[in-house]
Amino acid sequence: MAARALTKGLLGLRHVRGATVKFSNTGHHFATSSSIKSSEPQTNAVTEKILNLPLEKPDLFRVSELFSLKDLFDARVHFGHKKGCRHRLMEPYLYDSSLDYDIIDLDKTVEHLRLALNTTAETAYRGGIILFVSRRRQFCHLVETTAKDCGEYAHTRYWQGGLLTNAHIQYSPGVRLPDLIIFLSTLNNVFQQHVAIRDAAKMNIPTIGVVDSNCNPSLITYPVPGNDDTPVAMELYCRLFKMTINRAKDKRRQMELLHGLSKPSASSS
Amino acid sequence: MAANCVRFAASLLGKGVNGASPTNPVTLQLYRQICGTSALRRKNLAAAGPEKFTPEFIQKQIEEFEIGKRHLANMMGEDPENFNQEDIDRSIAYLFPSGLFEKKARPLMKHPDEIFPKQRAVQWGPDGRPFHFLFYTGKQSYYSLMHELYGKVLNIEKHQDRLRAKGLFSTETKQISLGTSRWLTKEELEELLVETISTHDYDRFIQLMERMLSMAYSSLEEEFILRHRQQLEAQTMHQVVPPLQKDDKGVDFSTAEGKRKTSKSSAVVRDCGSGSITINGEDYLHYFPVLQDREQLMFPLQFTGLLGRFNLECTVSGGGRSSQAGALRLAISRALLSFVSEGEGEAMRQAGLLTPDPRVRERKKPGQEGARRKFTWKKR
Repeated sequence: MAARALTKGLLGLRHVRGATVKFSNTGHHFATSSSIKSSEPQTNAVTEKILNLPLEKPDLFRVSELFSLKDLFDARVHFGHKKGCRHRLMEPYLYDSSLDYDIIDLDKTVEHLRLALNTTAETAYRGGIILFVSRRRQFCHLVETTAKDCGEYAHTRYWQGGLLTNAHIQYSPGVRLPDLIIFLSTLNNVFQQHVAIRDAAKMNIPTIGVVDSNCNPSLITYPVPGNDDTPVAMELYCRLFKMTINRAKDKRRQMELLHGLSKPSASSS
Repeated sequence: MAANCVRFAASLLGKGVNGASPTNPVTLQLYRQICGTSALRRKNLAAAGPEKFTPEFIQKQIEEFEIGKRHLANMMGEDPENFNQEDIDRSIAYLFPSGLFEKKARPLMKHPDEIFPKQRAVQWGPDGRPFHFLFYTGKQSYYSLMHELYGKVLNIEKHQDRLRAKGLFSTETKQISLGTSRWLTKEELEELLVETISTHDYDRFIQLMERMLSMAYSSLEEEFILRHRQQLEAQTMHQVVPPLQKDDKGVDFSTAEGKRKTSKSSAVVRDCGSGSITINGEDYLHYFPVLQDREQLMFPLQFTGLLGRFNLECTVSGGGRSSQAGALRLAISRALLSFVSEGEGEAMRQAGLLTPDPRVRERKKPGQEGARRKFTWKKR
């Protein structure tokens, strides 16, 4: 009888624990380290409907209209590095090489960029934190200005070791980590892969990265093969990301006003 | 004692039991002993870091301070409304007299903002999103300052390019008047930003500021630059020239004081014509039999070339022969400043006539014969 009581108790425990998990994680599809604290204040039917809206339509935010292949070509996104710098894993994304200079296949870029912009839009729509990372000194100011204009965050400085993995000690306990990291250049100043790629993979944070022909695209969730050295190309990327994020946030605000959820300032800023 | 160590885990299982099927209520509850030693529960104080004060705690301290201030005013019989910090200090010194030499160790009552160090408030809103866009860098104030600074540099360059395109670029523009100012030190910058920065970061900041200053049109961002510069205090303590007075007979005279070691002196210099010198009523030949002391008296007059012109009436007390002569010399030089031009006064300062000698007797230390002399060293 004691044994039966014990098993009944344990079953009850499992049931209770399962119940708590089901209730707290509705709004959050990306399992971050702080996923237990949900970003949505109340899980009621209206909020759920608003959140599931982008999942019903293929391209709610119409990101494919933001750019065309010609825009990418004019911005010199197809320029790669020389054959000696080529990374083995980038070979599927390369179209050809002329005079030893690699040319990136823009058809694949268009497809990957559309996926990446869609993901950014969805994250911004759900009020997620987006972090722009780039270690190129020429574009540091541009990236930070882009982040400030969107209302998102940027990190274009020296990456201290435990920023993601040791967050509760580096910042205060209870900090919320980014929900999406966008790399506008995956290499750091010594032409090695940025530490944040590996850390984001460890912390289950999805990443988008502009990978040039000398970069390693393996750990990045949504790689976007393209040039990361030319100012024109970087300005194009920054503009595209800024427009998608702003569009997504405006859409969210619109939806909330439409469904009568008062306090227009309650949407993510 | 045993009760402290042992905690019963009944509540945990009890919840689970209730969650199970309500048709089969289980009456038996199991208890599990969890023993913990006090060593496990002791906090690692070293790892905690500097103590953090919550805003609520600081607010409570401020309220208590205000109430305490009013009580103190009542106790001293003064007006509670206009009781300022000087009155508080005075009252505390009266009520709690302390003979401690170190002023900072004496009892004090100050506003909590001055006592508790400034701390960062919580940096994110209720939804967890940080307020500052550079929060994830770790050093948000410093990097936002660098970002702003670089933005201003780019702004100035753009302005210069526009002028160059129109052909109106000129290097003879209004330069920022820096005057006697210096860049903020690393400590002052840390205080401004309320966060710690490394020497490398500080060097980078200064480099970028210098680069901005070197541009021709840097006067566009004058206010920003001056915000990060500190005015130096007045270098030269301007010599206070004693005023030239006239006595009843129409003779100009001036008075000054001088100190050396433990001697204090005061001299009255009259523009008579004869060169008589009186010290404490006595003639200087009688008071100072030694030539060296009389030479000290003579030096300021001889330096300015006004040897036979003045009458000196001096008083001196304390110290020995040499220090009294030195005190008198300083007093005479100071008094002479009012009779002499600015250029000559500057010459006197450079000659060292107007500098009080700071040397005093050094104390004897225990284990030694005197201030510096040690006891005779014996090998065995």
